[in-house]
Amino acid sequence: MVETKSETKTVRFIITRQDTPDSAPYDEEFELAYRPNMNVISALMEIRRNPVTVQGKHTTAIAWDMNCLEEVCGACSMVINGKPRQSCTALIDQLEQPVRLAPMRTFPVVRDLQVDRSRMFDSLKKVKAWIPIDGTYNLGPGPRMPEKKRQWAYELSKCMTCGVCLEACPNVNSNSDFMGPQPLSQVRLFNAHPTGAMNKAERLNTIMGDGGLANCGNSQNCVQSCPKGIPLTTSIAALNRDTTIQQFRNFFGSDEV
Amino acid sequence: MAKNREFGNRRLHSLLGVIPIGLFLLEHLVTNYMATKGPESFNSAAHFLESIPFRYFLEIFIIFLPLIYHAVYGIYIAFTAKNNLGRFGFFRNWMFFLQRLSGIITLIFLVWHVWSTRIQAALGTEVDFDMMAEIFSNPFMIAFYLVGVISTIFHFSNGLWSFAVSWGLTVSPKSQKIMTYVTLIVFVLLSYVGVSAIFAFV
Repeated sequence: MVETKSETKTVRFIITRQDTPDSAPYDEEFELAYRPNMNVISALMEIRRNPVTVQGKHTTAIAWDMNCLEEVCGACSMVINGKPRQSCTALIDQLEQPVRLAPMRTFPVVRDLQVDRSRMFDSLKKVKAWIPIDGTYNLGPGPRMPEKKRQWAYELSKCMTCGVCLEACPNVNSNSDFMGPQPLSQVRLFNAHPTGAMNKAERLNTIMGDGGLANCGNSQNCVQSCPKGIPLTTSIAALNRDTTIQQFRNFFGSDEV
Repeated sequence: MAKNREFGNRRLHSLLGVIPIGLFLLEHLVTNYMATKGPESFNSAAHFLESIPFRYFLEIFIIFLPLIYHAVYGIYIAFTAKNNLGRFGFFRNWMFFLQRLSGIITLIFLVWHVWSTRIQAALGTEVDFDMMAEIFSNPFMIAFYLVGVISTIFHFSNGLWSFAVSWGLTVSPKSQKIMTYVTLIVFVLLSYVGVSAIFAFV
């Protein structure tokens, strides 16, 4: 550290920037005065207030996504010191410096740290990750879910579509159309629901299609990286069992449901 | 490629690795081990296998076709992955990488091995203890075979682990962990069998 600055503590950032979806990424370095309880988002806001690099160059404000600021929406995910995670819960006190920020490149980069996560929402539509109850008349109350099962299912429902598991997966990349762990675990969640189970075979047959379940290579990075601690690999293995039965049912069975 | 064939292709790839290729590997390793009981034992075991009825039929449908499918589709799988050990150095991610690496090494080894034994046999060379002893008179070949055999056994043992997950046999983290230990023991024991057979020819 420079001698004249020894009195004031600073935080250094190396941020990967990209101006348009197709332009080449480049790094910019920033230095901020340390404040207690800083997180990556408050630091990015500070830079936005005065976007000047360490070299004194005036630059544009950094673009990133954020919403809830309490790690339940998943919008602010980015790669922080090599690990994909939410920037709202990335506390500066717990990070090694310089703090390196980069976008999750598994997704198309929109600008700087902002990525387009729509492929995950498309996957959710593809696997019908909902319970279809809409109709022209009142269907009445559905079957009850045992409390113990509800508590178990709640863990799976914590998924906030943040994209960290896709970023961590070696099989989700530009060479493959693997949908990744996130929609798969949602298939298990909605198949476990007493009303959702009515569409179980439909969801299983969807993930038995191209880019589906079979693309999992069991590196198990997803379960290690999930910020919500969702048992993603247990979900995948359970779906492997369900689809094993489903494929026999499809081939030998007489019922189409 | 036809649509929605991937699931069936992947499952077939996983199944063939164990049945019949894995079973053949076990048979092969046990036969090799006869070499530790002396040249006569090995030769009689080799001649017994040569005289088996429907030999070509069995070789084609139990060994060659499954192996070629497993190899070709395996190369596709291996090169579809983008390994990220630098950022995610977890144990299973290492196994993921090593499974693909050992698959490629095993394929290179097998191409050479089949060329120098089975194809030579078809061209009229007699496959017996002396032939292997001749190959192993070259120290480079000992090293090549050690790497090849251990890589094959690793690929089989770790493949058993992922077979159990892919077919939904081991679902819970606990069962997967126990399977890790079981396949580790399989790896150590089979490596002992394979390596002692190599040194029986030296």
